[in-house]
Order: sequence, then C-alpha cells, then structure tokens
Amino acid sequence: MNILEVEGITKDYSNHRALEDVSLNIPEQSVFGLLGPNGAGKTTLIRIINQISSMDKGNIYFKGEKLRPQHVDRIGYLPEERGLYRKMKVGEMALYLAQLKGLSRAQSMEQLEYWFNKFNIADWWYRKVEELSKGMQQKIQFIVTIIHEPELLIFDEPFSGFDPINQVMLKEEILKQKDRGAAIIFSTHNMASVEEICDNIALIHNSKVILQGDVEQLKEDYKTNEYDVELGNCPAGMASLNGHDMKIVREEQQDDLVKGRLRVNNEVTTNEVIRRLINCGEIRGFKEVLPSMNDIFIKNVSEIPKA
Amino acid sequence: MTILGPLLFAALMVLPTYLATKSDEKNLVNVVDETGIYSKAIKGNSTVQFRNLNMGIEEARVAFKTDSADALLYIPKTESSQKAKAVLFYQDNQPSLNVQERVRSEMDEILEHVLIRTELGIDPQKLKGLNPDVELTTRNIETGKKSLALLTSGLGLFAGILIYFFIFIFGSQVMRGVLEEKTSRIVEVIVSSVKPFQLMMGKIIGVALVGLTQFLLWVLLTFMIITAVNIMNPGLLDASGDKQKVISDSGALMPDNSESAQQKDTFDAESGFAAIATGLQSINIPLMLLSFLFFFLFGYLLYGALFAAIGSAVDNEADTQQFMLPVTIPLLLSIVMASFIVQSPSGPVAFWFSMIPFTSPVVMMIRIPFGVEVWELVVSMGLLVITFLGAVWLAAKIYKTGILMYGSKVNYKVLWKWIRQ
Repeated sequence: MNILEVEGITKDYSNHRALEDVSLNIPEQSVFGLLGPNGAGKTTLIRIINQISSMDKGNIYFKGEKLRPQHVDRIGYLPEERGLYRKMKVGEMALYLAQLKGLSRAQSMEQLEYWFNKFNIADWWYRKVEELSKGMQQKIQFIVTIIHEPELLIFDEPFSGFDPINQVMLKEEILKQKDRGAAIIFSTHNMASVEEICDNIALIHNSKVILQGDVEQLKEDYKTNEYDVELGNCPAGMASLNGHDMKIVREEQQDDLVKGRLRVNNEVTTNEVIRRLINCGEIRGFKEVLPSMNDIFIKNVSEIPKA
Repeated sequence: MTILGPLLFAALMVLPTYLATKSDEKNLVNVVDETGIYSKAIKGNSTVQFRNLNMGIEEARVAFKTDSADALLYIPKTESSQKAKAVLFYQDNQPSLNVQERVRSEMDEILEHVLIRTELGIDPQKLKGLNPDVELTTRNIETGKKSLALLTSGLGLFAGILIYFFIFIFGSQVMRGVLEEKTSRIVEVIVSSVKPFQLMMGKIIGVALVGLTQFLLWVLLTFMIITAVNIMNPGLLDASGDKQKVISDSGALMPDNSESAQQKDTFDAESGFAAIATGLQSINIPLMLLSFLFFFLFGYLLYGALFAAIGSAVDNEADTQQFMLPVTIPLLLSIVMASFIVQSPSGPVAFWFSMIPFTSPVVMMIRIPFGVEVWELVVSMGLLVITFLGAVWLAAKIYKTGILMYGSKVNYKVLWKWIRQ
C-alpha cells in the first residue's frame, strides 16, 4: 500500500517549468529519497505535497484519498529553509508549533517533555531561541516536525547544520520513525546517507523524474560486472586472466599480494570468475563492485545536459 | 521608481498649497440685520458671500430651511451700551473657521468705522462701553446648541492625526512581523500547517487587536487620571454645577439680553471647561466615536494588508523603501491636507479626499465634527470596505508567492507577475 501517490504533476512558473509530468509512489513505512541537482524541482514538489504551492496539472492521493487541507496534520515537514521566532522562549515556541499541528496543549506538553529529555535539552525550555546555536535550533525543529507522530514525514536536507555526532543521532531517529510506521520522504544531496537509510529513490533532473526505484535494485541494474580481487602466491600476476570476456581494469603488486579489478562480460558468472582466479593464485579477497548512489546520480545527471 | 519618486514628492508639496490658494468652498450667508448698520456695508469675498434678507428673523429661519444658503447671520438690535452680538446659524454643516473668521472680521471692521464716524458725538464713557468687538456665536438652527469652531476643528484634527499614527505604527508593525517570519525562515514551517492567507490575516487581525487594546487602555487610563485629578483637586475642573445651567440655557435660540445671559457670559470667560462642554453639545459624540472606531479599523486593515504585502515581497527592511513610498504618500497627503480640510470642511477637496479610501480615514474624521451628510459617510465607509477587500485579495496573492521567495530582486514588474499568477 502506498501512503502517497503522485500522478502526473506539472507546475509552471511564469518563466520556467518547475515540474513536468512527475509521478511517484511512496510505499508505507519506508524511506523514500528524493534526489536531484540544485534547481531540479525537488523543493517545488515537496511544497506541492505540503499544499503550500498549488499544481497546474496532476493529482496527489494520500492513503488513497485525494489530498486535501485536513491532511496537513498527518504530515510532518522539515523544510530546507527553516527557522524559529528568535525572540520567543524555546518552550513557548515548541508548544505553539505543536499545537499548530493539531495537538492539544496537554498532549503537546507531554510529548515535548519526552523529547526534550531524550535530546538532553530540557534546560533550554526557558531560554530564548536566539541564544541557541544553529545545531540546537535544528534539534528543536526536528522535534516539532515529528511531535504529532505524522504518518508521512518530509525532510528537506535534514543533515545540514548538524555536527557528525548529531547527524548519527538524527539518522537513528529518522529510522526509528520508520519503525514506528511512518513513511519518510528524504530530500538530500548527501548520497552516502541515501545509501544508508533509503529504501527507494527518485531522481529528478530538469523538472522530470529520470530514475526511480528500489535502491538495491538500482545498484544491481547499474552494476558494471566488476570485481575487486586480492591474490596471494601469484608471481606472474593476473595477466593470464585477460581474455575476450574478461578484462583487467587495474593491477598493482604489493609485496607478495596482487590487487586488481576485473571487468567481465555479462554471461560470465561470479562462480566462473572465482574458478579462473583459483587457477591463477590463492584468493585472499574477493568482492563484487556495486555502483554507489553517487555514481548512479552523476551518471544519470551528466548524461542529460542541464536544460 | 527613480522618476516616480520625485513626481510623488513634488505632488505632495505642491498639491496642498495649490488647493489652499484655489480656495474651493463657496459659502452663502443670509443676513438678517436688525441694527441696519452692517447690512449696507457687509461685502464678503470670493469664499464668503452675504445676502441681505429684508425680513424678520422668524421668517428668515423658516426660509433658511429650504434655502441654499450655508448659514444665517442674525444681528439683533442691542442697546448701545452693550457689546455687539451676532449669531451665525447653520443647519447641516458647521461653518468652517474660515467663514466664522470672515464674518467676525467684517463685522468688527464695520463697527469700528461706525464708531469712528460717530466718535465726536459720543461721550467717552459710552465709547468705553462700545467695544468694536462683535461677539459672534455659532448655533445649530434646529437644536439651538452653540458650537465652538476651535473645539470642532481641534477634535477633528485630533481624531485624524490619531488615526494617521495608528495606521502608521500598527501598519509597519504588520510589515515587520511578516518580514521577521520571512527572514527567520519560520514561515515555511507555519504555512505547512496553515494557509498563507490565514497566516497573513492572522497577523493583520492580531496586530489590530493589539492596537485596539492599546487604544482602549489609553482612553481608560486618561479617563482615570482625569477623574483622579478631579477628586484630589475639586476646584480645578469643577464645572459640573454650572455646566448644567449652561446646557439648559443653550436651548434658547436667541442671544438674550437678560441678566442670566450676562452671567453666562462671565462664566464662559472664567471657565473654558464650560465652554468646551457647550461646544461638545454641537458635536455628535457617539457618531464621532463609532466613526473613529470604524475608520481606525478599516483604515488600518487597508494599509495593514498593503504593508503585509510589502513585508512578504522583500528580503530585508532596507528593501521595503521602494514599496513603502507609494503606500505612505496618500497617508502623508491626508495629513498634509488636514489644515486645509479644517478651513473648508465641506468643500469639494474635503469631499473627494474623504471619499478616496486611501485618504478617507484621516480626512473623514476631520470632517465629522463639522457635520457630514449621512450618505457621504455611508458611501465613504462602503468604498473603504470594498477597497479593503480588494487590497486583501491583492496582498494575499503577493504574500503567497513572496514569503517563499528569497534572494530574487523584486520590483513592480515582478509583483505584477505574482498577482497574475
């Protein structure tokens, strides 16, 4: 079951087309990565899902129902451009934003207490927002995004402004939200984090979805049949392996160890590769090379020049 | 903007002067002169014209009701030992300070001439009693209530300036609030929960309530302070006893020669408060208060919406200037025009400025104490409400796009694009 179905969205601004026929399905209880270079239309799409901007064409369904204003209470949104009222007290501010999402005051208090304790920021309750560092403010923003336990969470570049320790913490919390049952849309440039937490991705480029699918499957699809191998006891090197269906990409000698990368044709199975390696020397290391999301991203985006 | 700015400024400076010199109000004053001294010599000028009526005062009063004349000047016969007196009656609108001054100065002049001409035949004692200073009172012909031109103008000006300040203070508060939400980047979090229109209207209405609370607090505190001073210093403001008498006296239409009138006059001279109390009688205070609340609220709402649009369109306070100028110029114009409006509260300039919604909140408040026809008030209020709705519609369009737009240079062309989106 999909929590969100986006069907053929088109959005025009006066001088350019921000989105063209964009369709996406976001499964329940999964992390969905929304990728794309700057200006591709990610933020526009996110704003349309949040009903901040309108669409010119297309439909969005939230749990099978046409998206309507009442749904905003079931969505949590952490925008890329985020801030707080600088002159307000932290507690007041958090209470206000929680109640804005439909929680009662008592519920808000209860939830905030839990989260403030969990994040070790309970002493900040009476401090002014402007006294906090950017990272501290980000924590508060994260809390008020998830406080109403929304079914759909949208994070736009959530890691910007966090130090490495807090980035790890944030990542864990995002995955906990998924375990709780939420679906998460995750927009970022940080490909490493995409590989770590995303189940599915969509790549938007020049206002169009150019790639979409399961992360593991995409890696499988984009793999180039390459293997990193380490052979011991192989004084002659790997030269003998070169053939019509197998190529040595690189090779280096390290003491008695030969390290190298092989590229094979499609019909050559992994077992066949191992069999040939055994003839050559003693296998110390063997690993299939899968493309990183970064490679897939760059490959797809650079293939299509920016309009 | 480079060209528009100087043009607007020039208009701001030239227009009031031009209008003031091109005095627009024509006043026709009927004269009933029982003394026979003034009617022959009184001549008028371009703004005030006199028409002698050869009839008794009662007859003239009846005729006045269906007449096109603006005022009826009644000069009763007085004993030569008494101070010369005259009453200026009006029906709908109080004659402006301008007209009253004209009447007074002409009468003074004539009286002086008369006195000089007959000087030799008058004994010095009598001459002393004859003061070339005509006592002119202004009264409503229906109610007979005395009006005080200075008080009327003062009250109108005060109300107008108050509205001007409120619009400015709270309007820019709205703008700063919107700008703060935009620059602190909290706006996107909020509009993911509420509609941009709700956020904008919430801001405008919220600030309006703050403004009203502050205003009511001022009124209440002022009242309390005056009461407290009154209690501690009973002599200072104690006019209540005699005020009663003045009010009951003021029912009389004619300036009476009786002793009580004499007493009243001395009293008037002694206590300004009694005079103010009498003067206030001629002004419709409840109407004044209700109109004040109305024009304050809707004037603020109209400008508040425009200020909100400005705040949403720019990235920082410095950039607001180019949009602030055209919005504030009508407001400035209305305050610059204020002194002219007081001089000529029912002329065409005053009329049109009290109809144009961008100037009507201030100008209409200045006019109301002088008396404004009901239809004018209704049309002016209606226009203001309609323009307010239009401004909110326009502002909402700019606001919706503007609050999420960072770093792009916004000019009028861009704004127009947003509106059309």
